Amino acid sequence: MSGQIPLLVVSRLGVTFLTLLIVSFVVFGATLLLPGDVVEILLGQAATPEAVAGLREAMHLDSPALVRYGQWLFGLLQGDLGVSYANNMPVADMVAGRLANTLRLAAATTIIAVPIALLLGITTAMYRGSLYDRVITTIVVSIVSVPEFLIATLAVLVFAVWLRWLPALSFTTDLSSFGQLLKAFAMPVITLSFVIAAQMIRMTRAAMIDALNMSYVEMAILKGASKTRVVLRHALPNSIGPIANAIALSLSYLLGGVIIVETIFNYPGVAKLMVDSVATRDLPLIQSCAMIFCVGFLTLTTVADIIAIVSNPRLRT
Amino acid sequence: MLKAFSPASHGLHINSTGLLAGLVILFWVVVAIAGPAFAPYAPGDIVDFDFYGPMSAKLWLGSDYLGRDIFSRILLGARYTVGISFAAVTIACFTGVILGMTAAALGGWFDRILSRLMDALLSIPSKLFGLVMVAAIGSSIPVLIGLLAVIYAPGSYRFARALAVNCNTMDYIAVARARGERTPYIILDEIFPNIIGPVLADFGLRFVFIVLLLSGLSFLGLGVQPPNADWGSLVKENIGGLPFAAPAVIAPCLAIASLTISVNLLIDNLPIKIRDRG
Repeated sequence: MSGQIPLLVVSRLGVTFLTLLIVSFVVFGATLLLPGDVVEILLGQAATPEAVAGLREAMHLDSPALVRYGQWLFGLLQGDLGVSYANNMPVADMVAGRLANTLRLAAATTIIAVPIALLLGITTAMYRGSLYDRVITTIVVSIVSVPEFLIATLAVLVFAVWLRWLPALSFTTDLSSFGQLLKAFAMPVITLSFVIAAQMIRMTRAAMIDALNMSYVEMAILKGASKTRVVLRHALPNSIGPIANAIALSLSYLLGGVIIVETIFNYPGVAKLMVDSVATRDLPLIQSCAMIFCVGFLTLTTVADIIAIVSNPRLRT
Repeated sequence: MLKAFSPASHGLHINSTGLLAGLVILFWVVVAIAGPAFAPYAPGDIVDFDFYGPMSAKLWLGSDYLGRDIFSRILLGARYTVGISFAAVTIACFTGVILGMTAAALGGWFDRILSRLMDALLSIPSKLFGLVMVAAIGSSIPVLIGLLAVIYAPGSYRFARALAVNCNTMDYIAVARARGERTPYIILDEIFPNIIGPVLADFGLRFVFIVLLLSGLSFLGLGVQPPNADWGSLVKENIGGLPFAAPAVIAPCLAIASLTISVNLLIDNLPIKIRDRG
């Protein structure tokens, strides 16, 4: 590795940190938009002037917003996520177990969606314009252009209502046997896989088509290489970068999907926690969940960009 | 997008898929404007003793979880879904495009700071942004419109700026500058007419994103609040009917899908001349 690559990677990481800082500012700024006083909302009926003043002081609400932002960010960096308004528990404790559940869901989805999406993306690019390509592309466009909850609804209709293979909308807490575990996971994972795979097929197909349009591919075809050989030996190694980029970018769509899927299937993950805490306006909890998701999202998009930079042979001179 | 409805007058051809998609969109626009007038029942009236009733001659799309007529509720829901999304996308694209063109024409610090800020906003996942903001300021229709506009303006800015930067290097811009034209003239009279095609296509795509996000928020119970209901709220309200495959939950789903898929298909099938000009 020489040339411009280390410099580009470092500057890309710098952009990520700057972005994260701005994002944290926006997320914190949401607290300031809250109409009325947090303390009065918290105390509700018991909001006597003395109680309000006392709690304000206890929560350091009298300091300027910028100071509170600094304290909040500093706490966040040390793993102190604050205390939930709703039940006075440390947010870190509430999030920890839930995060593991969400990551499990994301991992299962990735393991299923990535191979299927790569296979379909590459083969549709190979047989571009064929009936097979048009059918897959139409399905993919349809999935991409409807809300995630619609995919979930459809999946429930097919697998739970018509085929009766899986339970409909309840997340069973009894996970003692492997079979039950599989059943509980199946619907959320199927739904998410559809959403993620659709994005990934689109991007993989586009990346592969770009590669197949190159003149070295034409050269390989002209010298008589078979279609499989052209794809596997010539085009694919050169489009590893764009495809890896596509995978990382599509995985960032997990986020939007996870919020809907956890809610609809009542799955005990971070996203469900966050949606529930919006109803109670539990801002420390929402802010922490939002930052966790933003870090995840930014990591994926940064990885995607760095892959694109590192895999570009033109930057290696 | 408007041009697609009168292709002949511009010597542009649109294929049958695009035309069909355009008709579906036109249908929902008409429904959003005039639909509630044709509703057989008032959307809030309980007209059926049975809940999650099947499709019948009396209730075309069955009844919902309270026994209200789903057909009437979908007609009214079109107004919320299409109306809020359209208002939001108009504000988002207007601000995004104006700022994007200005940044491209001015360059320098204005461009650099604005672009960095917009990129940061763009990197907050849209649903998350929506959740945080709704948690902070609550959910009413004006708030929703503003929120959706703020979430989708940065994307529009980035798109318009990229087009305008290309445009800005053209000779006719250099000529206009040499003539001593002011920046507002360059933006509105020289750059804007040359990027309008792709900007309109982007307007359509962004409209779809907004419909998706609005329905998603409503589905989570954070969008349009009862007693009003957009299509996302209708799905949420009646999700209990899903195990019986009630039309009350399937019909609003189909309504959303028909609208968003049609807009995507229309844009994909627009004449190249409109889509890629600029």
